[in-house]
Amino acid sequence: MTNIPETGRTPRVQIRLVVIQILVLSLLGTLGGRLWYLQIREGAEYAKEASGNHVQRVVQPAVRGSILDARGVPLADNETRLVVSASRTDLLKQKDDGKAVLTKLAGVLGMDPQDVMLKVRLCDAKTPQPCWNGSPYQPIPITDEATPKQALQIRERSEDFPGITAEPEAVRRYPAPGKANTAQVLGYLSPVTDDEIQAAQDTDSPYLRSDQVGRSGLEREYDRELRGKAGVTRYEVDNLGRVIGQAEADPAQPGANLVTSIDARVQRIAEYELNEAMKTARQQWDRVTGEKYKADSGAVVVMEAKTGRIVAMASNPTYDPNAWVGGISAKDYAKLTGKDSNYPLLNRATQGQSAPGSTFKVISTAAAVEAGYPFDGRYPCTSSYSVGNQVFKNFESENFGPISLGRALEVSCDTVFYGLAHKEWQRDGGITPKKNANDYFFKAAHQFGLGKETGIDLPNEVTGRVPDRQWKQRFWQANKDAWCKQGKKDGTYVEKIAYENCLEGNRMRAGDEINYSIGQGDTLVTPIQMATIYAAISNGGTLYNPTIGKAVVSPDGRTVTEIKPKSHGRLPISAATRDQMDEALAGVATRGTAAWRFAQVGWPQDKIPMHAKTGTAEVYGKQTTSWFATYTKDYAIVMTISQGGTGSGASGPAVRNIYDALYGVTDTGSIDRSKALLPSPQKGLPKIKTDGTITSPKVAKDPAKDARAYQEGATAPDEQQPGATTASPAAANRDTRRRRKTPRRGSRRKLT
Amino acid sequence: MTGANGFSVSGYGPERAGWTRMFARDSVARRLDWPILLSALSLSLIGSVLVFSATRNRTVINQGDPYYFLVRHLMNTGIGLALMIGTVWLGHRALRNAVPVLYGLSVLGILLVLTPLGSTVNGAHSWIVLGGGFSLQPSEFVKVTIILGMAMLLAARVDAGDKPYPDHRTVLQALGLAAVPMLIVLLMPDLGSVMVMVIIVLGVLLASGASNRWVFGLIGAGALGAVAVWQLHILDEYQINRFAAFANPDLDPAGVGYNTNQARIAIGSGGLTGSGLFHGSQTTGQFVPEQQTDFVFTVAGEELGFVGAGLIIALLGVVLWRACRIARETTELYGTIVAAGVVAWFAFQSFENIGMTLGIMPVTGLPLPFVSYGGSSMFAIWVAVGLLQSIRVQRPMSA
Repeated sequence: MTNIPETGRTPRVQIRLVVIQILVLSLLGTLGGRLWYLQIREGAEYAKEASGNHVQRVVQPAVRGSILDARGVPLADNETRLVVSASRTDLLKQKDDGKAVLTKLAGVLGMDPQDVMLKVRLCDAKTPQPCWNGSPYQPIPITDEATPKQALQIRERSEDFPGITAEPEAVRRYPAPGKANTAQVLGYLSPVTDDEIQAAQDTDSPYLRSDQVGRSGLEREYDRELRGKAGVTRYEVDNLGRVIGQAEADPAQPGANLVTSIDARVQRIAEYELNEAMKTARQQWDRVTGEKYKADSGAVVVMEAKTGRIVAMASNPTYDPNAWVGGISAKDYAKLTGKDSNYPLLNRATQGQSAPGSTFKVISTAAAVEAGYPFDGRYPCTSSYSVGNQVFKNFESENFGPISLGRALEVSCDTVFYGLAHKEWQRDGGITPKKNANDYFFKAAHQFGLGKETGIDLPNEVTGRVPDRQWKQRFWQANKDAWCKQGKKDGTYVEKIAYENCLEGNRMRAGDEINYSIGQGDTLVTPIQMATIYAAISNGGTLYNPTIGKAVVSPDGRTVTEIKPKSHGRLPISAATRDQMDEALAGVATRGTAAWRFAQVGWPQDKIPMHAKTGTAEVYGKQTTSWFATYTKDYAIVMTISQGGTGSGASGPAVRNIYDALYGVTDTGSIDRSKALLPSPQKGLPKIKTDGTITSPKVAKDPAKDARAYQEGATAPDEQQPGATTASPAAANRDTRRRRKTPRRGSRRKLT
Repeated sequence: MTGANGFSVSGYGPERAGWTRMFARDSVARRLDWPILLSALSLSLIGSVLVFSATRNRTVINQGDPYYFLVRHLMNTGIGLALMIGTVWLGHRALRNAVPVLYGLSVLGILLVLTPLGSTVNGAHSWIVLGGGFSLQPSEFVKVTIILGMAMLLAARVDAGDKPYPDHRTVLQALGLAAVPMLIVLLMPDLGSVMVMVIIVLGVLLASGASNRWVFGLIGAGALGAVAVWQLHILDEYQINRFAAFANPDLDPAGVGYNTNQARIAIGSGGLTGSGLFHGSQTTGQFVPEQQTDFVFTVAGEELGFVGAGLIIALLGVVLWRACRIARETTELYGTIVAAGVVAWFAFQSFENIGMTLGIMPVTGLPLPFVSYGGSSMFAIWVAVGLLQSIRVQRPMSA
């Protein structure tokens, strides 16, 4: 049975068996080759595809750092709101894709079920808002205004609400301590755009889709520091999106806190006084235009003179930054940016510019000294100055005869500066300038820091303008076609001006330089530039970059990065000239144009020497701009009101009130250090506790009201409406004088 | 069973006892084809690990026990080994006498599937659920009985020395014998198994020495049959879709192309050495469907890389190489035909299974021999290994 002869073995079968064997092996070879191709040659490609398959990122947003005032009072922080969110992954696991749960949820929250459904759908090209444009693995917020009762209902019956969470979450808040809203300084946040995500993708601080980005003010300037770093957890998910493991987890790092030099109380007073001053100005009759002053915008800056730090910065009109929290509504947006809005988002202190008027005369004085005119020389203060057939009037003062530069500053005599500027213009070659013209007056303006940013730590600061020869040439190039088309030799005033500009607008004419010397004409400055200049005069000549940020404090409080004051130049004046100027500006407050705001109404000049300069800038087609620049040895305060009247008239009382609050001065001139908010600038930082929190003192409900009550004495603490309402509209405010020792607050600005 | 006791290893030589007899020069153990046995065992054990990796997280199907499939795969391998030993003990010649009975039983089995007793799994109505988690796929056993039946018919007169080659009548009878179960399986419809059977028939005819006309005729008939199947809409939509997805792999990667796409991503991402056992993200994430059965090769590709997946192909190569040698070296045509049928079966099923995971063959529901999870397939394959061993054991030592 075992030894069967080889009968069945034929060549045909043998050959076929070999063929089968070869065929089988070649099949296996094919498999091996294909395996090599997929795994070795194309392996990297597939590995990439595989990793994209099953890693999902879930983002935990970082808590944004707070913005604090100099004493630690939060100006911008986060409040905890109860946010109800739905997890899409959990909803999709339910039979009806979570419809029943969402309907029940809408019932609890008192919302329309349809609205809730729309909120949890994913955005794509075809889906209009509302929809969710974040990661589908991220819980989708349904509302951030749940009441504790609603949250409790959801949490206690969690089995009825699978996939729904009610958690406290941090939401930005601008608490406005003591009613100091500080809107334009703080800025606001809005969601990151696609372009920004793209642009920041490969940097070391990439954006996340859920990020809010600072859009203006400190929120923007210090966005990187405040934002922190969002936590990213990479989950490995299976084919149904279920989490099967955690690949990597970077915990969220909260943003750093920013301590600023702003003092919330002073800020409130500045805002309040600015607003009150503008309200008062609107009651005043403008004889030139024959209507009441419009006082459409204004700004005030309170700066530490020795460091350039900003103690308060108010801009008017203003807005409530909380409008941006949680997405701005279309109506609010129109109110803030529309054509009739008067642009409250603009920070008038750094983004508003106008001619400086007589506050510019400190620069002209420095230029004159530089040009070789002795400070104590005698210069004729006539009632007008004529060049050819043009007559330049002495707007602000009367005929004082020959006076020194110091006295010219005190009484704000225009003609003294007209004469000096005209002489310099002639020295430089007149209408056909010498090749190397000295241009002392323009050079001085540049050296005082005009025509360029001060470098304040706020975004989009404007430069202002020094209308020197180069600027005139550029401006003429850009506008000559229009001027030449419009200009007529014997036409209206505007047409005549255009005609003249067409002919020689590229040249520096005598009138240009004369107007320029008293801060009129094409010169533009910002309040922050003027504050920087007057602070520099106070501190001996150093032009500091104004700063609001004082220190960046890491969330744990361990790392404190102080922001040191930086200087961007020195005033082009000698120490002697500075002292003389200082004396002259003190004279302004004691016997000059601002005396009726200070020395004559109980300012303790012997204890707190006050220096001031008033300015009233002409704007063609508009009412005059009020400028008031002041300083003590500690502070510089500059205030301006567009279409507000004269410097000391419109802005004077407000600036005085701010000083009163800072130093604790009453209307009668007595000083009570205990009532003084900041008799000397805040040194050092607020106390940082070991857990990283920063202690903050309590702020009164409204420091502005308290300050006024104290300044006026106890007789009328509840007086809220300034007496200006009773003012006679017939009197122009530049002619007003303040009566001394009046018990009633309002009478301080009462017109006589 | 008839002839069970007629089996003897050798008709001569002194009777030895115990271990000595086991390892005597002419003993069964010494004459077994160890490379095939060890390769098959290795494949089964590798398979058990891969099946475990693919199923330990699939709570829906493993009934909460991560070892559910591992244990069963090992159990199946054990039963398969026993079946092999039984087959060797009985001997393929003795089984020849039982072919009518076995053939009848297997055909009855596939007929039962068509009755309400049968159930549908993954679109193929080819299962009999026995209860207790056990189920049978009779079409797997039909593959064995077709080989045995055809070999019996084709080799009868040649081995008797009457003819050098099987005559036309015998070939026709053999084809008829294969056609009956094939038609039934086609009705299930289990197209994959039918394809395997067509290849088995082709291999058997080739090895039998039947005339070339039959061989080419069968190939032509196969082509015609494919067209007929297409035209008569015997195929279900899912089967047509599989071919469409094969023709265009980028077609609807979330739908019909999903399987192949994910399978290729899994294998491709393995690289040279793989992500390590139990660390394949495609596998852990259950991105590849049917990964413990038809797509088990993707686990090897991803977690063991080119080295591990190549080893599986190499081990299959060893089995097939040795099986071809067994076919060539046996003296009787019956053994040659049986061995060639098994080669055709294993080779095609391996090529189709691995080929579809690599994207060079269309997707059909065929298990990878030894490696894929599945009782019936495992049993049938080990019986086939037993047949190969039996043919090898019973050939003369001198050959």
